[in-house]
Amino acid sequence: MSLIKRKPQRRVAVIGAGLSLFMRRALDTGKELAYYAASQALQTAGIRLKDIQAVVMATAPDAFDGVHMKGEWLLDGAGGVGKPYLRAYVGGGSGVFSIISGWMMVASGVFDLVLVVAEEKMSSCQPHPQGAFLTIFDHIIERPLGPNLLWIFSLEQQRYMAAYGIRNEDIALVSVKNKHNALAHPAAQVAARLTVKDILDSDVVAWPVHRLMVSPISDGAAAVVLASEQVARRLSDRPIWIQGVGWCLDTSYWGNRDLAYPRYVEKAAWMAYEMAGVTEPRKQIHVAEPYDPFAYKELHHLEGLQLADRGQAPEDLARGRFDRTGELPSCPSGGLMGVGNPIAAAGLMKICELFWQLRREAGARQVPGNPERGVAQAWGDLMQIGTVAVLGVR
Amino acid sequence: MRSMSDRVAVVGVGAVPPRPLSVDRSYRELGFESATRAYGDAGVTHQDIESFISVCEDFHEGTSITDEYTPDQLGAVLQPVHTIAGDGLQGVAAAVMLIRTGIADLVAVEAHCKTSNILTHEQVLAMALDPTYERALRVTPHFVAGMEMRRYLHETGSSEDAVAMVVVKNRRHALGNPVAAYGGILSPDDVLASAAVCEPLRELEISPNSDGAVVLVLASEEAARRTPKPVWIRGVGWASGTPWLAGRSWGQASYAGVAAEMAYRMAGITQPDREIRFAEIDDTYAYKELQHLEAAQLAPRADVTRMVMEGETRRGGRLPVNPSGGSLGMGYCFDATALYRTAEAVRQIRGEAGRAQVAQATTGLVVSWRGIPTQSGGAMVLSAD
Amino acid sequence: MARTRAKPATARAPAPPYVPLRGHPLNEEEFRGQVGSTTWVPRLEYAWDAGVAISRFLDGLREGKIYGVRCRRCGRTVTPPRAFCELDFKPMDEWVELRDTGTINTFSICYVTWDMKPLRVPQIPAVIEIDGTSPRVGFLHLVGGVRGRTVTEIRRQVRVGLPVRAVWKPPAKREGAITDILHFEPVRKRANR
Repeated sequence: MSLIKRKPQRRVAVIGAGLSLFMRRALDTGKELAYYAASQALQTAGIRLKDIQAVVMATAPDAFDGVHMKGEWLLDGAGGVGKPYLRAYVGGGSGVFSIISGWMMVASGVFDLVLVVAEEKMSSCQPHPQGAFLTIFDHIIERPLGPNLLWIFSLEQQRYMAAYGIRNEDIALVSVKNKHNALAHPAAQVAARLTVKDILDSDVVAWPVHRLMVSPISDGAAAVVLASEQVARRLSDRPIWIQGVGWCLDTSYWGNRDLAYPRYVEKAAWMAYEMAGVTEPRKQIHVAEPYDPFAYKELHHLEGLQLADRGQAPEDLARGRFDRTGELPSCPSGGLMGVGNPIAAAGLMKICELFWQLRREAGARQVPGNPERGVAQAWGDLMQIGTVAVLGVR
Repeated sequence: MRSMSDRVAVVGVGAVPPRPLSVDRSYRELGFESATRAYGDAGVTHQDIESFISVCEDFHEGTSITDEYTPDQLGAVLQPVHTIAGDGLQGVAAAVMLIRTGIADLVAVEAHCKTSNILTHEQVLAMALDPTYERALRVTPHFVAGMEMRRYLHETGSSEDAVAMVVVKNRRHALGNPVAAYGGILSPDDVLASAAVCEPLRELEISPNSDGAVVLVLASEEAARRTPKPVWIRGVGWASGTPWLAGRSWGQASYAGVAAEMAYRMAGITQPDREIRFAEIDDTYAYKELQHLEAAQLAPRADVTRMVMEGETRRGGRLPVNPSGGSLGMGYCFDATALYRTAEAVRQIRGEAGRAQVAQATTGLVVSWRGIPTQSGGAMVLSAD
Repeated sequence: MARTRAKPATARAPAPPYVPLRGHPLNEEEFRGQVGSTTWVPRLEYAWDAGVAISRFLDGLREGKIYGVRCRRCGRTVTPPRAFCELDFKPMDEWVELRDTGTINTFSICYVTWDMKPLRVPQIPAVIEIDGTSPRVGFLHLVGGVRGRTVTEIRRQVRVGLPVRAVWKPPAKREGAITDILHFEPVRKRANR
């Protein structure tokens, strides 16, 4: 059954990318972080802000900054003054959704050059940024129980483990891989050489989640420049094409569905694959950047992305399939577990990674061979949304 | 390869009548009603809708990542749903662009308002001000509107009487609109005698809050032709000015000018004051209606006061503005306001506005604004064909 | 005014982005004491309308009952109740009194507060599938009546698939809230049940 009405006629390419450092607490304001990433993206695309016709901003809860309608507040740092500017917001899925929103703008034919910025400054939220998530729960039937953010991850991880007989040792390997991969990433906040034992020796925060299975609090920003086909060919020696996009939001009644499998990631993935003409993802996807805010999530999402059988991703990981030098490199960037998790920016960082990987510019992180197509995915809300983008050299 | 039409129409409208309180129903239940009405109006089911866009803000709901709670009441479970934390017309523009990509023919746009549930309104409003430079003033946030109104009157020479007349007009228009909450017969003196909030801004010049919910169904040309009453979106635009209070041009709504220009260009409109028959324009504060009129090139600056005082912007006048009553007459619905303006404009063009009907309402303009302290808004040209 | 001593850190690495990345990381001491900052403590209060369905659910809780609703179309019985079936998009009006027992779908043992302070006694959040609903239908609550504090001890008593029963507040203390149920406790087998 087709998930899109028809294939889009207009093609859209990424022609520039930029990042700020990812930091636990930055001196720089959110506007400044956005500016760093945006100006680097413009620079690498070889254009000026005045050439940009529209701006998309992705940034997650306003409660991090204590600013209502924070999309407005941040817009000058994102280059939005005087331009059509809007903020797309789908929780943790925002980073990858930002490029989908930008894609809509160009694929519609309305704009030729769009700047996409994702920014997050979590450190402003005191005493702890997790406080911003106290209010993600249902105001009447959940909040009075005093839930905190860790609960949703630990409940989902436990369900995943119980459903497929997965052990914590298998999951810990994700932390090891990604923190190690991140050693080669210039923005990385929490790169490290660790072992499975180190991960499991870290204290239990919410069993089965150990502290070193949790991505950090971060401040940071990312940005890309999107162009229509004609403009991309004129401006870029090697545009990277957005071959497909997909997104899918599941019910807010998260207690009414099985958390063992992210069916909304699957649906979003098939939407993107259909658009991209991908029928055999395991063969046709050469590099993957699934969303890994917690270690188990990379595995959960690889299965949703159809890159591993249900319950089998841990085994594939253990035998090296997802290593940078493996059959299907996953999170060669180092992911959120290694680079950091400024929520919206982290998702767009994954898009930036695919951009560099597909242009063979990823240096020490470069996956070997000739990767021609990659998939990036983000996730968020109450374990509800999957946002997927397939990028390729053609 | 068949060339795809880029035309998009509004084919369904469903709105809950705005009311100061909505104690009997949750936001889910309001949303369900507005969506049911909209889908019925378009002659489609929820399963026919291919993508959904909601417009909402966390602090209006009291929920972080409030987009989590959007799909169920739209019938959008496991569908491509996304949220624009912005202006209602940005949501409509996103739907237009999505349809023009070709991957979806039917897209629903939703916004709702339950701000009667906010107990600390001014705190929420104050949180939109820059925390370092602006919030410390600890004055009611309406000061931003008061200052803007002062500068607008100074620059344009418009009179406070004209501003008061906007209130009189819109409240009276609302009497003819069965879903409006604040219809009434006021005199300009009533308005000018109302309490000063932040001078020159007066209490009756601030649109009163209402709860509500609106869903629009948009369609590609191909799909629109299968529905009973399409109203065509000929052009849409949106823009933002600087977020800083310092350094902005206070007298003009330049964002509305840029947005309208974009919409007119898309619509092929070169003489808006001749080609636009009526307008549903943001009047969150009464003076904004005048400021937006000017920015949208519907009235030269020097003429605005005269037009208003001589009744040209009344329902029976040359350029009816807010025949629905606007926010002053219907109630201000925060994130849903722009969609209410759109819904009313669509009704006008369909000839379904009953006693509020403008004669020969073939082409209309909608102008929206996100409210203080933003300089963000949108514009859209709608027409019968 | 304190001036920042943080040096701008520019990370160079043999990988793009090749240009130095910008950002000025601060350590905790610098953040708290050495850079200018503004503080705001918001006072944001809301009183949400529960609406038709949840109001009735809360009334039920006050009476010591857990209600669900059934969709005539798809046949699902769900809780928490809702005024419409989100899948069929039709009103749901067939109310069902459910049992106050259920099964643990998933659980966790949480040793930290939301601001990462250690909890002496861990909390055990869980999704409880309520008896009488369609498969995999449940809601968030807490597990209680469990001895011990370590993961090992607790895991001996709590597992996925464990039958549990609601422990209610005494009627006089109930407010019509989800917390009228104190927690769900493991059903202990008794010989003469």
